[in-house]
Amino acid sequence: MIRTEEMILNVGPQHPSTHGVFRLVVKIDGEVITEAKPVIGYLHRGTEKLAEDLQYTQIIPYTDRMDYLSSMTNNYVICHAVETMMGIEVPERADFLRVIAMELNRVASHLVAWGTYILDLGATSPFIYAFRDREMIINMLNELSGARLTFNYMRVGGVKWDAPEGWIEKVRDFVPYMREQLQGYHNLVSGNEIFLDRVKGIGTYTREDAINYSLSGPNLRCTGVKWDLRKNEPYSIYNRFDFDVPVAESGDAFARYHLRLSEIEESLKILEQAVEQFPAEGQILAKVPKIIKAPKGEAYVRIESPRGEIGCYIASDGKKEPYRLKFRRPSFYNLQILPKLLKGENIANMIAILGAIDIVLGEVDG
Amino acid sequence: MSGEKDLEQLKKEAVAKAKAAAAAKRQAKAAGTSAPKQAENPVEPVKAATPPAVEADSASDADDLAKKKAAAVAKAKAAAAAKRKAMGEAPAEETVAEPAPAADAGDDLAKKKAAAVAKAKAAAAAKRKAMGEAPAEETAAEPASATDADDDLAKKKAAAVAKAKAAAAAKRKAMGEAPAEETAAEPASATDADDDLAKKKAAAVAKAKAAAAAKAKAKAAGVGTDAASDGDDEKAKAIAAAKAKAKAAAAAKAKAAAGGKAGDTSIPETETKPSANQPFLDKYRKVIEENLGADVLEDSYINKLSKDVPTLVAKRGTYFKVAQFLKYNELLGFDYLSELHGSDFETHMEVYVHLYSYKNHQSVALKVKIDRDDPTIESLHPLWAGAEWPECEAYDLLGIKFTGHPDLRRIMLGEDWVGHPLRKDYEPYDVEV
Amino acid sequence: MIEELLQSSPGWANFGIFFLLGAVLLLIVLGFVTYGILAERKVMGYMQLRHGPNQVGGKWGLLQTVADVLKLLLKEDIIPKAADRPLFIIAPVIAFAPSFMVLATMPFTDKFQFADIGVGLLYYIAVSGLTTFGMLLGGWASNNKYALLGGMRAAAQMISYEIPLVMSVLGVILLTGSLNLNEIVAKQEHGWFILLQPIGFIVFFIASIAELNRTPFDLPESENELVAGYHVEYSGFRWAFFMLAEYVYLFAMSALITVVFLGGWLPPLAILGFIPGAVWFALKFSVVVFVYIWLRSTFPRFRADRLMEFGWKVLLPVALANIFLTALIKSLFF
Repeated sequence: MIRTEEMILNVGPQHPSTHGVFRLVVKIDGEVITEAKPVIGYLHRGTEKLAEDLQYTQIIPYTDRMDYLSSMTNNYVICHAVETMMGIEVPERADFLRVIAMELNRVASHLVAWGTYILDLGATSPFIYAFRDREMIINMLNELSGARLTFNYMRVGGVKWDAPEGWIEKVRDFVPYMREQLQGYHNLVSGNEIFLDRVKGIGTYTREDAINYSLSGPNLRCTGVKWDLRKNEPYSIYNRFDFDVPVAESGDAFARYHLRLSEIEESLKILEQAVEQFPAEGQILAKVPKIIKAPKGEAYVRIESPRGEIGCYIASDGKKEPYRLKFRRPSFYNLQILPKLLKGENIANMIAILGAIDIVLGEVDG
Repeated sequence: MSGEKDLEQLKKEAVAKAKAAAAAKRQAKAAGTSAPKQAENPVEPVKAATPPAVEADSASDADDLAKKKAAAVAKAKAAAAAKRKAMGEAPAEETVAEPAPAADAGDDLAKKKAAAVAKAKAAAAAKRKAMGEAPAEETAAEPASATDADDDLAKKKAAAVAKAKAAAAAKRKAMGEAPAEETAAEPASATDADDDLAKKKAAAVAKAKAAAAAKAKAKAAGVGTDAASDGDDEKAKAIAAAKAKAKAAAAAKAKAAAGGKAGDTSIPETETKPSANQPFLDKYRKVIEENLGADVLEDSYINKLSKDVPTLVAKRGTYFKVAQFLKYNELLGFDYLSELHGSDFETHMEVYVHLYSYKNHQSVALKVKIDRDDPTIESLHPLWAGAEWPECEAYDLLGIKFTGHPDLRRIMLGEDWVGHPLRKDYEPYDVEV
Repeated sequence: MIEELLQSSPGWANFGIFFLLGAVLLLIVLGFVTYGILAERKVMGYMQLRHGPNQVGGKWGLLQTVADVLKLLLKEDIIPKAADRPLFIIAPVIAFAPSFMVLATMPFTDKFQFADIGVGLLYYIAVSGLTTFGMLLGGWASNNKYALLGGMRAAAQMISYEIPLVMSVLGVILLTGSLNLNEIVAKQEHGWFILLQPIGFIVFFIASIAELNRTPFDLPESENELVAGYHVEYSGFRWAFFMLAEYVYLFAMSALITVVFLGGWLPPLAILGFIPGAVWFALKFSVVVFVYIWLRSTFPRFRADRLMEFGWKVLLPVALANIFLTALIKSLFF
């Protein structure tokens, strides 16, 4: 008499493919997952609680550590929220620096997403190629902000440092280089049969599901929703640039993979234009009070981070600290659909699906 | 009369300024996004309108004070008379009509403010209409009627309705790209009709009630720019100014009737400007009230700090119903839950939900106040699957219990954590210390 | 010399000589493994824009693997409490022993061969199949879910791919008329079997990667899914044994491909005959190893179910068709 028994497999919190301290309790029958339950919170640092005792400028370094792969967008979202509340006009040069920094960071972030995703699927080399190019970006951002990962670059009303001599030229030179590399990435991976076999038709969901589960970023756009906050609710100076919002229709892991690479392309377009239009002179910080006090009231702003829609809610009672601060962290929302996607898949697909969602645990746990 | 002339002068200056600003803006824009793209995107003008709006707002604050002190009935009367005259003189000259209500209000600050608003509106309109469909002068007509309407409570409501309609029309237009003139006629007549109604019933009790409700709402929301401040002024003045108001109302009506014809071309475009989202708020409110009854919402306003997002405050008991309605009503269709979180405001807990509609491309914030000692509220998980974890988070960090949630657990801290850290009275518990 | 020893009557002297020769071969193999690993790391390093080991033992990192092995030897031997102790201990031995055993029939040159048995090829394939037991046992004995999954995958994969592996060499056997590896080499004097049996070679090569558990078929130990698969609980020397088995198989499989498809120690052209056979063998062998490394740094991993499908639905029919085709050709032209 043969019978099968369900087995509970604990994937993580230390597992090579969970991209951090993420735990997934899966019930498996053979290698087929019958139920999956994500367990998070291992990296919860209580940013929101800490922020209640910090001045607005002091909160910025904490945001670096949420989505540590794209700290610039995190920096931006809190500054943007405070600026929105206070009605501060950011100087043009600062806006340009912000956009360039954010887009560079977006490229870097997508490179990590791309490299680690392929690594999850078992190919080791693309990861290193991606990191080589990311390194160039990191070095540039290092020159700009003095840090390689946790930039702490933006301030309410502008940015902390002006671009060093020759920096803009470096960015200009980087764009064609990166384009070339991107083509190389496609040649290396995008057409590989084994790779296609592993990602096509995997982790598919519909447009309705994507919206219902509050997905955002490439995870939403892969179902055909042409939605990018940079385009649809332009903030900063994004309305000055001509770029496209890549979308895909199939809603599978391959679509997400492809979108990320296409978004690098679009970011490069923005960078190209931003560098072209970069004002030669100008302030980098608006005239803001020494101690920033957001007016009494509340505000919620959202912007497009590489992972989706990052939002910041501030409730202020007019003091120099926020009364309540809340970040809408895209990875946290994007991860919710995982149990639904994993049902009925096998272990190998679990990795392919999880990787395609592209989470950063610092962000999931807040 | 000479005072009136001065006003006119002032107004003209303002308009000229607005024009210049608009031109400059257009120029700046020329390199960037093209005009049709802007038309496609209804949200964009908000940004442009915001700084002047803020300016106007501060002006209105000062105005408030001044008004509270004085606000002499006689003055108002005189102003009203002057206005009527002005109306008779130049019914078609919108720029003249516009300062009238300001004069009616009776002080310089109000004037300045009105001018600022006009400027803001003109600028935004000019920007939107990058093709130059509507000259700036024309757009100035709209604030005139709007401010006018604000003089009277009943009128205000009419204006709100008109605005909603105008917004709808504008939207339709944005899609169909019909010429402005066509759609403009409709809201204008709507205003007329509403005026008539208001006139007919005049002080009818039912209407008064509705008006009061509208006013309360408008006030709380800080509707638009001057609309709200005017409402505030009136409230401060209270009954004392009732007489003046009645007269002003009569004048305003007369003018609105006259202006209805003159202002045909302008209204739908410019209506959105007090706050670009005001019509949307009005629409939401209207649809909700029509379908769920008048008392499901505790409050509703435009949150100017938060990019003018229409904000609805549901009552504790109607929260789920409202949320459900927001999602399933095809006029609203908020299919995307962008954000959900709770906050502890010491007197109460609050759940803040930011929704977005991919169908209509509109946002709304839904809030609900709940009892702090027994924070329990329906879960939104049945409506938006994306609410699952945010609700867990709110439960974990604030102790808000969501009934009907499939798996409410302490998602971040773990089940053995003592206390809810984001509560303002949280004391860290640590056996080691 | 070895032939004579094999023919002579058994005795302690014979045993001693065999034992010594075996030890020598083991050392050679260990030497290969040491530098095979280094080569893999260096080659992969250069393919991935980095240098690989360059500290221990000069700038080529020549002693890196030695240091690694030393470290593994000195490491604490951990046996999980819940593990099945005897099986856990014996599993690496079971995995390693066959990998060394298969080398006995391998003709490295016309002189250097231990046992020239008639069914050399069959012997190789049959014995190498035993390693699966070691992996399965190791996975099972660890009492770890990942290890179990890895062990099951290993069993399923190796059994599935052994069939196309055997089927693909049947063409060669048909052409040679013998299972003896020496005869197979001798037959290739006028043309390597890679040219006469291209389909067979491709199928054999793919199946051999699966047999070796190397990327893109490294499912049993896929680190991104199963952490380390069947040897997740192993550490220190026991783990080294699994690794050793893997690399000895790499050695053996490369040698086998060289012998069966690349003409063994024979020079590619008769005029190059002045170069010793051992050099030719080493060159061909190195090329095969290099290709294995190259593939490893290029491909992502297969998915378990697709791997099975590929084995049964693609490789096996192709291998069968190849046999049919070869039989046809043989009866028509030879």
